[in-house]
Amino acid sequence: MTVAIATRLVALVASLVVASILVFVVVNLLPGDVATVMLGTNATPENVAALRHSLGLDQPLWLRYLQWAGGMLHGDFGTSVLSHTPVGPLILQKLTVSGPLALLAAAIALAVSVPTGVVAGVRYRRLSGAVLSALSLGGIAIPAFWAGLLLATVFAVKLRLFPAGGFIDWTEDPVAAARSLVLPAVALGLVQAAVLTRFIRSAIIDVQREDFIRTARAKGLTRWQALQRHGFRNAAIPVVTILGIQITSLLVGAIVIENVFVLPGLGRLLFQSVGNRDLIVVQDLVMLLTAVVLAVNFLVDLSYRLLDPRIRTAS
Amino acid sequence: MAESLLVEDLRVLVGAVEAVRGVSFELGAGSRTGLIGESGSGKTLTALALMGLLPDGLRAAGRVLYGGRDLLTLPDDELCALRGDRLAMVFQEPMSALNPVMRIGDQVAEPLMLHRRLGRRVALAEATRALMRVRIRDPEEKMRAYPHQLSGGQRQRAMIAMAMACAPAVLVADEPTTALDVTVQAGILRLLDELVEAEGTTLLLITHDLAVVASSCDRVLVMYGGKIVESGTVGQVFDRPRHPYTRALLDAIPPVDEDLPDRHLRAIPGSVPGLGRFPPGCPFRNRCPNADGKCAEMPPLAVLGDHSLACWHPVEAGI
Repeated sequence: MTVAIATRLVALVASLVVASILVFVVVNLLPGDVATVMLGTNATPENVAALRHSLGLDQPLWLRYLQWAGGMLHGDFGTSVLSHTPVGPLILQKLTVSGPLALLAAAIALAVSVPTGVVAGVRYRRLSGAVLSALSLGGIAIPAFWAGLLLATVFAVKLRLFPAGGFIDWTEDPVAAARSLVLPAVALGLVQAAVLTRFIRSAIIDVQREDFIRTARAKGLTRWQALQRHGFRNAAIPVVTILGIQITSLLVGAIVIENVFVLPGLGRLLFQSVGNRDLIVVQDLVMLLTAVVLAVNFLVDLSYRLLDPRIRTAS
Repeated sequence: MAESLLVEDLRVLVGAVEAVRGVSFELGAGSRTGLIGESGSGKTLTALALMGLLPDGLRAAGRVLYGGRDLLTLPDDELCALRGDRLAMVFQEPMSALNPVMRIGDQVAEPLMLHRRLGRRVALAEATRALMRVRIRDPEEKMRAYPHQLSGGQRQRAMIAMAMACAPAVLVADEPTTALDVTVQAGILRLLDELVEAEGTTLLLITHDLAVVASSCDRVLVMYGGKIVESGTVGQVFDRPRHPYTRALLDAIPPVDEDLPDRHLRAIPGSVPGLGRFPPGCPFRNRCPNADGKCAEMPPLAVLGDHSLACWHPVEAGI
């Protein structure tokens, strides 16, 4: 068990290194550079060259990679070229918006999808199951940004229950801050919930056909008891896989939804930094997202071991 | 304590097609009945129907009388109270029939907690004793094991321990040895024999191994095309088979005392038709050497004392 976890950890670190190289290369291959953006269209080539030199952009690629990667290991994420602020604290500050948004959205997604998925799976031969299934299909078809616009129209513009956009910092007014996260989190969470519901439903349908569920029924358990005691844990194995992938798409969805609701989070920062060719910020943010995805996959891997003794003892 | 189970005109419908077509038999208290026939003849569906365990979408009709009640119309909670306690079942494939993510001990203890209302610790202690009774080596260790850590034979022993945990009145064993190595089959059957004997359990043993029925059952039901085509005591049916299908099944067994290379096995010509593809009339007539025009009509079940068969042209006894 410990050996298996250690192996996974080594793989995680190796993936992070490879990912950092990829991120660095891809970001630096983007056409256009910050010096041209900063100096505007009237800049002379000499001025651009001077600025490039002062920003360190004329150094070889490998050296710049090592400086960047080495800096991250010490917690130094570089300095934004445009705002002249260190990127580390900047990201941390944006995380106070994006973090709660993602967590709230994930919580909403789970709170909605687990019960609906189970009910739709158990009752898949009945009308109620079919209705839930159709609703979730509809949910998949709706993009998060459109769900966000709809929610904003109804709950912000018409009913005036929540703000339609913007964000007041937690330190100023925590209640207002929480309120402005509600609609984006619901938009993001519901769309995620629709996808998860589909997977939970089919996992539940599949598990009910398993022989061991019939054995459980032969012991005298009711349909529901058999599902609860023998079905859920087995059904969780395929669902956890999807959960890992869904968390990734939650992060992507957050970028879009933050722009819809004008939330000053990581998504907006990424969006603006790409436009401004503020490469160091883009690089750090993409790296951060990559690290989150890899970490989630690592956790998914570990949870298989907890859920499935066959994997646990095979290693 | 044993009780009898009476099956009357049992039918299993798969959509509009009848897979089991009016089966009637009685499992006398403490008796051991073998149900034989090729795959696809409806044996397993019959067993699942009388346990109320048919897969979703399949319906059973007719009557299954046990203790004065019809199991087919019993409310689910009453049926659940009987299943695992008075009626138990052992399945064909012990690997898939056991929950892969639950320890053996918890699985064996489950019916005891459910029906005997034992606490978890007492039930686990009882389950260890149940594993000892099915002669699993190192029962304490196996209690903590997961199904994949056991051999096929041990898994089936655990299944049997689970089914026999509450000393059921009726045990249905659906091809309990088919998925196992030949070397462990005999041991499993001997074990079933002993346990059933000790508890006086009424046994319905489904198999296509005729030798198994001959050695451990007292009555036989021969099933083909969703119907019972012949039934009687093991002596009557195996020594003096009257139905051409029974005769063909017996002829298909390789004799042990003859030189095999000189002799071709007599296989039954053709194969079992798919569901709903059996010919009208006698289901066996397209494969039967004795069939003629008369067989287009379903022969009635002729009862000769203890021995009954459904055939217009029975095989002469003793040939």
